[in-house]
Amino acid sequence: MHGFLSYLNAHFHALRLEFWGLFIGGIGSGIIYAMVAIGYTMVYGVLRLINFAHSEIFMTGAFAGYFTLNYLIGSSSPTGFSSILLIIVGILAGGITGSFFAVVLERVAYRPLRIRKAPKIAYLISAIGASYFLLNLAAKEFGRIGRGIAQPYQNHTVFTIFGAPVEMYNIIIFVAAGIMLIIVDRLVSKTKLGRSIRSVAQDSETASLMGVDIDRTIAMTFVIGGFLGGAAGFLYALNVGVLYSMGFTPALKAFTAAVLGGIGNLRGAVIGGLILGVTESFTVVFFSGAYTDVVAFAILVLVLMFRPTGILGELIGRSA
Amino acid sequence: MLEVKNAVVRYGAITALHGISLEVNKGEIVTLLGANGAGKSTTLRMLSGLQAAQEGQILFEGVDIANTKPHNFTALGISHVPEGRRIFPQMTVEENLDMGAYSRKDSYVDDIEKMFIMFPILKDRRKQLGGNLSGGEQQMLAIARALMSRPRLLLLDEPSMGLAPMIIESIFQIIGDIRETGTTVFLVEQNASQALRLADRGYVMENGRIAFSDKASNLLNDPRVRAVYLGESA
Repeated sequence: MHGFLSYLNAHFHALRLEFWGLFIGGIGSGIIYAMVAIGYTMVYGVLRLINFAHSEIFMTGAFAGYFTLNYLIGSSSPTGFSSILLIIVGILAGGITGSFFAVVLERVAYRPLRIRKAPKIAYLISAIGASYFLLNLAAKEFGRIGRGIAQPYQNHTVFTIFGAPVEMYNIIIFVAAGIMLIIVDRLVSKTKLGRSIRSVAQDSETASLMGVDIDRTIAMTFVIGGFLGGAAGFLYALNVGVLYSMGFTPALKAFTAAVLGGIGNLRGAVIGGLILGVTESFTVVFFSGAYTDVVAFAILVLVLMFRPTGILGELIGRSA
Repeated sequence: MLEVKNAVVRYGAITALHGISLEVNKGEIVTLLGANGAGKSTTLRMLSGLQAAQEGQILFEGVDIANTKPHNFTALGISHVPEGRRIFPQMTVEENLDMGAYSRKDSYVDDIEKMFIMFPILKDRRKQLGGNLSGGEQQMLAIARALMSRPRLLLLDEPSMGLAPMIIESIFQIIGDIRETGTTVFLVEQNASQALRLADRGYVMENGRIAFSDKASNLLNDPRVRAVYLGESA
């Protein structure tokens, strides 16, 4: 008993020391999960299906950012204004590529099933097939070894919070992802396009009676989700580089985040992403870092067992 | 204004409509009566593109619209108030009205104000979610939403369903008012006596066919109608 208490005490002591550093790191990965989670949750909203190929959208966006930056930067070391410009270009490259592949995916893997009114399991199989196709295509074209991305900025500690360093990378992620998340939130809640997406999520047949073109709206949902997913892939790659299989784990965590926040719920996806990122960041205090992924998926299983509607519940979907 | 010629609708092996023909003239209220499963809703769904007709013609203002996609109907001038109201539950009253004006390119701020004059209760509830309204309020919202596209033809599917008699009274009053403003109304109803008192003409459906049709006042006194739909013994 005494041994256990001192074990806990030692770990809480470590937690006190590391708190802010872990928190900052957790928010950084959490906001990436949030961006990817929005793609899952929006597509679920309009189609009632989990787009399991979304992990590869993330990967294609990362590669697009990688090729663009490596081409533009070469061996130079950009600073200041050109750093900001390069990051924006990388986000656009990742985002547009993500949108492109998401729309192609919808046209090739999902729309034909929708027209034939196929059962849900067919969508799932189609998604897994599309995912493997993109994964192996990337492996063949880009090789099976990881590559570092040309850095558009010089990483350094910008300031500290209670002794914990906040690096340039943290700030870039936070600002870029934050801006994109706010734009998407406004887009969905305030614009005509957003209303059309919500109307299809709530009652697609009635939406069509109002004049909403359902096919176009579904495609636009993939465009938005794909942009966020691809841009998130690029931001993630800035830190860890690119690899054909890089999408799998972060996307599965983003899916967990979407379920945690309430699948179909946009703000829930963001909250779920942040909670998941911070939680797994803090697990290193209590367990070894190797348990990070275990904790994330334990959360998924627990949410599915005890509160399948997630924290905020389903909002953009049909009411029961 | 609207003319249906020998329309056939099949769901797989089942034929729902066996070649029906009907006509709605400008400025009329025409009602379609019939028992559950007679094909009333299928007919209405066909008239707004939700259900394709395998055979026959549907002419609206002289143009065949049988193959038009449902999302193009509001722009044509046809608006459909679906069975069960189908309000967007997670949108506010105002957003539901915005959805009604979805196909409009011009400003519709005045139309929203008009709807709030026509249905004052909706003004009080403007910021509330559609799913939190009462059945009567939802029906009013569904009608207001359909009017936002300024339709020339309004299709109403069972607007009295599940509502209290007093509310039904006011809904029928409103349908009469809508016609006065120049909108033609095609009304599907189970509540035959109310519908016939309001309508100019009526069609009676049985088993996917138009059994007979007449002026509404004649149908009100028709023993076949009285026996089956008005609950009287002949």
